[in-house]
Amino acid sequence: MSDEVRLIDVKEDIQADNVRVAQGLRDRMARSKTFLLNLMSSPGSGKTTTILRTIEELRGRYRFGVLEADIDSKVDAELIAARGIPAVQLRTGGFCHLDASMVVQGLDAMDLAALDVVIIENVGNLVCPAEFDTGAIRSVMILSVPEGDDKPLKYPLMFSVSDVLLINKIDYLGFSDFNVSVVRERALKLNPRIEIFEISSKTGQGVDAWADWLSRQVGTFLNG
Amino acid sequence: MHELQITESILNVVLRHAGQHDVSKVVRIHLRVGELSDLVDEWIQHYFNYLSRGTLAQEAELAIVRVPIVLRCPACDLSFQIGKDQLGAAVCPTCAGSKVELVSGRGYFIENMEVL
Ligand SMILES: Nc1nc2c(ncn2[C@@H]2O[C@H](COP(=O)(O)OP(=O)(O)OP(=O)(O)O)[C@@H](O)[C@H]2O)c(=O)[nH]1
Ligand SMILES: [Mg+2]
Ligand SMILES: [Zn+2]
Repeated sequence: MSDEVRLIDVKEDIQADNVRVAQGLRDRMARSKTFLLNLMSSPGSGKTTTILRTIEELRGRYRFGVLEADIDSKVDAELIAARGIPAVQLRTGGFCHLDASMVVQGLDAMDLAALDVVIIENVGNLVCPAEFDTGAIRSVMILSVPEGDDKPLKYPLMFSVSDVLLINKIDYLGFSDFNVSVVRERALKLNPRIEIFEISSKTGQGVDAWADWLSRQVGTFLNG
Repeated sequence: MHELQITESILNVVLRHAGQHDVSKVVRIHLRVGELSDLVDEWIQHYFNYLSRGTLAQEAELAIVRVPIVLRCPACDLSFQIGKDQLGAAVCPTCAGSKVELVSGRGYFIENMEVL
C-alpha cells in the first residue's frame, strides 16, 4: 500500500436504507390492506385529540388502530386504548422522530388483518419527523392557532412533505392575530398539492370535511 | 435533533466502502447536505468524532457542501434557486406564479472520500 491519498467514489444517499424499509412497509400494507397515516405536529397542537375525533367520526366505516410515539410516556396510548381502540406505544427512547424501522416494530405488535387504518402519532416536533419517511401512505401535519401563522416560514420542510395541513384549534381564532388566509397562502407556496382543512378537535367544527377526505382516500386504497 | 442517527449512518456507509477498498485510514469525507436540513455542520463533525473513535475513519474531516434549494414552476417548466428565508414567499421569476414545487435542497449524500 502506498501513502498517497486516493479518492473513492461513494455516491450514496445516507437515508437510502430508511427509504428501502419504508417502501417495503408500503408494499406490506398494500398486501394486508391497511392504510397507514402519519400525523405530525408540535407538542400540544392536538394530535391525540384529533386522532380521537377522527376515529369517532369514521368508526362505523373503518377499523382503526393507533401507533403512539409519545416520548417516554404512555398517557396518549392509554387514553386511546380506554376508548376501545387498539393502540401500541412505541419505545422511541427519547428520539426526536420516527423512522420506518421503528414503525415496523410497532406494527409487528398489531393485528393488521383486523385493521383498515393505522394512524401514527409521530413525535411532537416540526423539524425532525419531516426528514424521515415512515412508510405511511399519507402524511398529515397539524398547525394549531396558538402556534402562530409564521410557522410555514420557520419549518418549510414539514409543509413541503405533508399531504394535508390541518389548522386546528380554530375555536381560538377570535382571541388571536392568527391569519388563516396567510397560512393557506404560505403553505400552498411551499406545496401546491397540500390539502388544507380548518378544524377544532375540541368542538368538532370542520372535522367532518377532513374525515370525508380521509374516508375517500382509505376507500380508494382498500378497493384499489 | 437527529445528529446522532444521521452521523451514524454516514459512518456506516463510509466504513462499508473502506472495507471494500483496502483502506488503512479515511482522511476526508465529502458530503452534500440539503440547505433545508437544520443540522449544523460543526455538530455533525462533533458527533462524527465521537462515533468514529477506534475506527478507520477516526479523525476524518467532514467537508460539507450545502445543496441549494431549487424550486420548479410547473407552468413555465422553469427551475430556480432560492434562499431558505425566502422559501415561504417564493414566486416564479418568470410568471410570478406561486405554485412552485421543491426539486432539491433536502437530504444527505456522501459524494466521495479521501483515503490512505
Ligand atoms: N381549544 C382547543 N383545544 C384543543 C383543541 N385540540 C386540542 N386541544 C387541547 O390541546 C391540548 C393538547 O392536545 P393533545 O391532543 O394532547 O395534543 P398532542 O399534539 O397530542 O400533544 P403531545 O402528544 O403532548 O405532543 C389538550 O388540552 C387538548 O384538549 C382544539 O381544537 N381547541
Ligand atoms: Mg399526543
Ligand atoms: Zn412560472
